[in-house]
Amino acid sequence: MSKNTRNTAFRKVDVDQYGEEVYEEDQTADEGATGPSDAEVQSMLAKGRNGDALQYVLTNAPLTSKNQGVKDKAAQTVLKVLMSLKANEIEGSLKGLDQAKQDTLMKYIYRGFENPSEGSSAQLLVWHDKLFAVTGVGSIVRVLTDRKRV
Amino acid sequence: MPDTFSFGIDPLTCHAWNHDHSQLALSPNNHEVHVYKWSDGKWKLSDVLAEHVQRVTGIDWAPKSNRIVTCGVDRNAYVWTLQPDGKWKPALVILRINRAATCVKWSPLETKFAVGSGARLISVCYFEQENDWWVSKHIKKPIRSTVTCIDWHPNNILLACGSSDFKARVFSAYIKEVDEKPNATSWGSKMPFGNLMAEFSNGSGGWVHGISFSASGEKVAWVGHDSSISVVNAADGSKLTTLKTDSLPFVTLTWIKENNIVVAGYDCSPAVFSYDGENVVLIARLDDSETKQQQGSKFSAMKHFRSLDNRATVESNDTTLETVHQNTVTQVTIYAGTKANCTKCSTSGIDGQLVIWDLRSLENSGSNSA
Repeated sequence: MSKNTRNTAFRKVDVDQYGEEVYEEDQTADEGATGPSDAEVQSMLAKGRNGDALQYVLTNAPLTSKNQGVKDKAAQTVLKVLMSLKANEIEGSLKGLDQAKQDTLMKYIYRGFENPSEGSSAQLLVWHDKLFAVTGVGSIVRVLTDRKRV
Repeated sequence: MPDTFSFGIDPLTCHAWNHDHSQLALSPNNHEVHVYKWSDGKWKLSDVLAEHVQRVTGIDWAPKSNRIVTCGVDRNAYVWTLQPDGKWKPALVILRINRAATCVKWSPLETKFAVGSGARLISVCYFEQENDWWVSKHIKKPIRSTVTCIDWHPNNILLACGSSDFKARVFSAYIKEVDEKPNATSWGSKMPFGNLMAEFSNGSGGWVHGISFSASGEKVAWVGHDSSISVVNAADGSKLTTLKTDSLPFVTLTWIKENNIVVAGYDCSPAVFSYDGENVVLIARLDDSETKQQQGSKFSAMKHFRSLDNRATVESNDTTLETVHQNTVTQVTIYAGTKANCTKCSTSGIDGQLVIWDLRSLENSGSNSA
């Protein structure tokens, strides 16, 4: 028997990539998307401009970026903003959002549910309830189907 | 009030009407096609077409030549011709696909039909007289996933298809053996077989579940799994307009006027939307559930206690929906009229019901409220 029968590296070769039926995602990565600046957000929250902070983080959401680190950082920033708004301010801040931002916000709410911290889920549930009353199930469906993930 | 017919507890996969809707062909989620005749105020089963060995996924009935084409998961399609003795005779069509067929449609002149499949291609089939059989030609590029829905342009040449690669496309299915050279349309002038005339992305994701050309062929509309409805107007530079709705996704649609579409899907209730060149807006929900709720609030207390009494339970587990359909609507088809002016449409769904909706009352109530 030859010596390299113990070599099992061949098992790790991805043969499926050579098949003609492999589906490749459309390459539309935007390397420039860096997400919201933490400093900006901090200053807005410090000044009490919570509604503006929400608008800012949703406008600059790194949806097209392929960098997971950028996305994670943005998600944390958004979570900070969501936590800092008080329950009675939430409805007011939702009024200023257009449909695209509403869908992005719903994505972040579910992202926030994935990594719960102390008291975060309860606050997120309030957000979810208020946003759902405005958008209906459509935005939740889009959280599931949208290829541009947060 | 819509006419409802129940065909048992099995879902209705698909249905098709003959030219004067006196006959109905449908498949109850198995390998058979049941043909019903309307007599004495009900649907009587007149024939069972059992040639497929696996689930039937599409049926289309050609109004002029009175032929039925069916396709199924067994990778086959059959063209059924009515014999003088009243029986339907099948003719196997070799589609040359290695995955299930998903949808089938006769072309407007009924000289050919197209079959979408999981093999990432469309089979366009036409009848070759000299060998007395149906021949298929493939449209492959650049489809990258299952073809979920197809629809023909009125010129008998162009074919729209939606796919699970999140794209809606318009191809040319010109077959020189059966077609005349087509005139230029808003979609382009060069139409060799398999030519991609236009390709559109469905937003940022979501399978395309249903697609339909308008009566003139100038517009194409589709519905996607991201709960959106999109319309492209080729006459206006292929402008794409999308409406992201707040309901569950729609899976089927058809044009009922040059500017109106009826859609239906997971929310079990058909709705009519209108396109004015700029926006897609909701006009009406055919279920009229508002009046139902008004009636419901009067009787619901009695209904509630009656249902509790029937089941001898303490809690009410009533799962009846307010809508006519009790489960997802999987197909909406024109019943009376044409895509330019449809007066009635029919829907079938997973609840085993076939419902015929009168769209004329919609017009009257719409103009009253305007």
